[in-house]
Amino acid sequence: MNRRESLKALGLIAAGSGVLATACKQDKAKDAAAAADTEKLPGVQDFEHERNKQLQAERFFTEHEMATITVLADIIIPKDDISGSASEAGVPAFIEFIVKDLPSHKIPMRGGLKWLDVQSQKRYGNAFIKCKEEQQLALIDEIAYPERAKPEMQQGVAFFSLMRDLTSSGFFTSEMGVKDIGYVGNRPGVWTGVPAEVLKEHGFDPEKFFG
Amino acid sequence: MADYQIKENPEVFDAIVVGSGAGGGMAGYILAHAGLKVLMLEAGPFFDPAKDALQLRWPWESPRRGASTTRPFGDFDAAFGGWQLDGEPYTTVNGTEFEWFRARMLGGRTNHWGRISLRMGPDDFKPTDGVTDEWPITYDEVKPFYDRVDRMIGIYGTVEGIRNEPDGIFMKPPKPRLNELYIAKGAKKAGVPVIPGRGSVLTEASSEIKGRGTCFYCGQCGRSCKVYADFSSSSCLVMPAMKTGNLKVIDNAMVREVLTNEEGLATGVSYVDTQSLQEYTVRGKTVVLGASACESARLMLNSKSSAHPGGLGNSSGLVGRYLHDSTGASLSGFLPQLLDRKRYNEDGVGSVHIYSPWWEDNRKLAFPRGYHIEYGGGLHMPSYGFLNWVPGVNGKVAGKNGEKKAAGGYGAELKQDYRRFYGANVGMAGRGTALARKDNYCEIDPTRVDKFGIPVLRFHYKWANEEIAQAKHMQETFQSIMHEMGAIITSDIPGPETLYGLEAPGKIIHEGGTTRMGNDPKTSVLNKWGQAHDCKNLYVVDAGPFVQQGDKNLTWTILALSMRTAEYILEQKKKLNG
Repeated sequence: MNRRESLKALGLIAAGSGVLATACKQDKAKDAAAAADTEKLPGVQDFEHERNKQLQAERFFTEHEMATITVLADIIIPKDDISGSASEAGVPAFIEFIVKDLPSHKIPMRGGLKWLDVQSQKRYGNAFIKCKEEQQLALIDEIAYPERAKPEMQQGVAFFSLMRDLTSSGFFTSEMGVKDIGYVGNRPGVWTGVPAEVLKEHGFDPEKFFG
Repeated sequence: MADYQIKENPEVFDAIVVGSGAGGGMAGYILAHAGLKVLMLEAGPFFDPAKDALQLRWPWESPRRGASTTRPFGDFDAAFGGWQLDGEPYTTVNGTEFEWFRARMLGGRTNHWGRISLRMGPDDFKPTDGVTDEWPITYDEVKPFYDRVDRMIGIYGTVEGIRNEPDGIFMKPPKPRLNELYIAKGAKKAGVPVIPGRGSVLTEASSEIKGRGTCFYCGQCGRSCKVYADFSSSSCLVMPAMKTGNLKVIDNAMVREVLTNEEGLATGVSYVDTQSLQEYTVRGKTVVLGASACESARLMLNSKSSAHPGGLGNSSGLVGRYLHDSTGASLSGFLPQLLDRKRYNEDGVGSVHIYSPWWEDNRKLAFPRGYHIEYGGGLHMPSYGFLNWVPGVNGKVAGKNGEKKAAGGYGAELKQDYRRFYGANVGMAGRGTALARKDNYCEIDPTRVDKFGIPVLRFHYKWANEEIAQAKHMQETFQSIMHEMGAIITSDIPGPETLYGLEAPGKIIHEGGTTRMGNDPKTSVLNKWGQAHDCKNLYVVDAGPFVQQGDKNLTWTILALSMRTAEYILEQKKKLNG
């Protein structure tokens, strides 16, 4: 079987249409969230699917916690010229799922959110989400830079680092985030090496195997 | 259990093969193609990569975005199983450690492996340093089988003429990715050779290979391939063997014991259906174990009889002994030259594009044998946690304004940093020879059984100075390559307190040696054909027969030796009949 036949076997060459066009259409046809929520993909084991459904049926974070997560996620990854915000990419729902999936995140997240509210209350007399934006950011500034944070803020630093990691994971693995980061693979093609103009830009010789 | 009943299969098979991975798959393939009636028993479910691979799925199609919660290599990886299986425990002797990876599925671990396909060399079979025992066979005796495996299954690589890294019959290798070009350049400066990778992925069509597609470069071999462009035992061996009409597969069949008669010959096996828990026995003229090195040893040790009081084929007391994995250690960093790099599709193949074969002269070193280096990094598909390293290092290089800032952060600037650092990461991992020692072993735990009532394995494995010194050498080499390529190291550099980052035994998933071959029945379990000294119709075809593996990932050797053993079985049958 040659490559063209490989792709035919995959169903990626429909009559008269290019491979990439077909692959792209398939992507758009699928509602991403729905696929992750309910559909059992072939090759997913029964126990895995049952576990997913069970986790999706549970609720861990309270409404207030979810609201705080949403504000924090958008502070970490806001909308800009290239793409939308973390919440627009569904990050809060992902975080709700992942702490149930990896329960070691539960206490650090719940306790961290509480820590943040206690700090906000002390400083500004309000829960974090009710503070003004500049108040929120002033507090975040003290926990967002591990190397310059004060010793008494280290618990906040640990929480924010986790929140930041979960946010970047959730955002850049969403359809919006994958497009934003510029990942253009996961489709059939032919690899003939690094494009010549990139090789030249980096000082490698396109004629040589090892540049 | 008033209605406890064992169902007996009336059919007598020419051969029963236990396990469907590289070893079992190859044996089944050869025997079925020669016309033998073969029964293959697999402990896990049937798995066809064409239907069951999670290839070409996007991260958002996993609710955990590919995190490794239920599968150690992530949600899309093609291994059903892991280092822990529900209801199938194993134990370790205090003060020792071993991590036992099991994939329960048709094709076993070959569905997800790295497809890195290296031959062991002349010195691996017949060591010149006297540190470990010789194999009873030479490279030259195995070479014709390696050649046939190359042609039958397909492998890419380049002819290099390195003495102990024998060349094969190669298809064209994939070209290096950008980070790999930097690695090759840096390694050369550090005195470490880098050559094109060797992987069992079809980069070309071959007239000798039917029913399989050619690679379309999605880089996802670990998910198994829907067009069978890489080697999985399921797609390349077992399913073609089934098509002969001579091989029958029973899946979800966990073998309990090999049954023997009064003379001590194998007569068949007993197994439990893992779904219904019904017990079965089935008879076979020959029994071939390819259940994985430790699982086959467990099965032999659990098959006690008056003829084999210490376990089947265990008069030497060596079944389970000489257990050895590969060593493994790694280091990560990033290349400032690759910040803000241009985007393009560099998925490539899912096996290695480049690697460093062992290059040093051991006479100048404090440890025997060596390791090869595998390299990673680049513009890969996003998945859970893939950018976690960025906030830790975005303070290490100057921004576009020429100034360094504090690491971490948030907001538009951090979002830009994620884009800036994506694809700039590099990683290197050593895979080396761990010595096969009699004192590293698995045995039957006298007090524990699994959920099927089968006595479980207890492991006793400790690293020694040779492995630790090798890991230290790895870390020094990695740092030197990182330095020469101008990379910034992002991992903590492991020191003596962590044995230089040496992974726990079993973590590299190259375990072998538990039923080693040899000419002397007192010092080996199998003869040089993989046939038990004590039971002439019992054979082992997984990595159990390995006297000592080299730093060459062992699948290609399992395939070659299983082919050789299967043909020996055919010869023996011919002799009996003729």
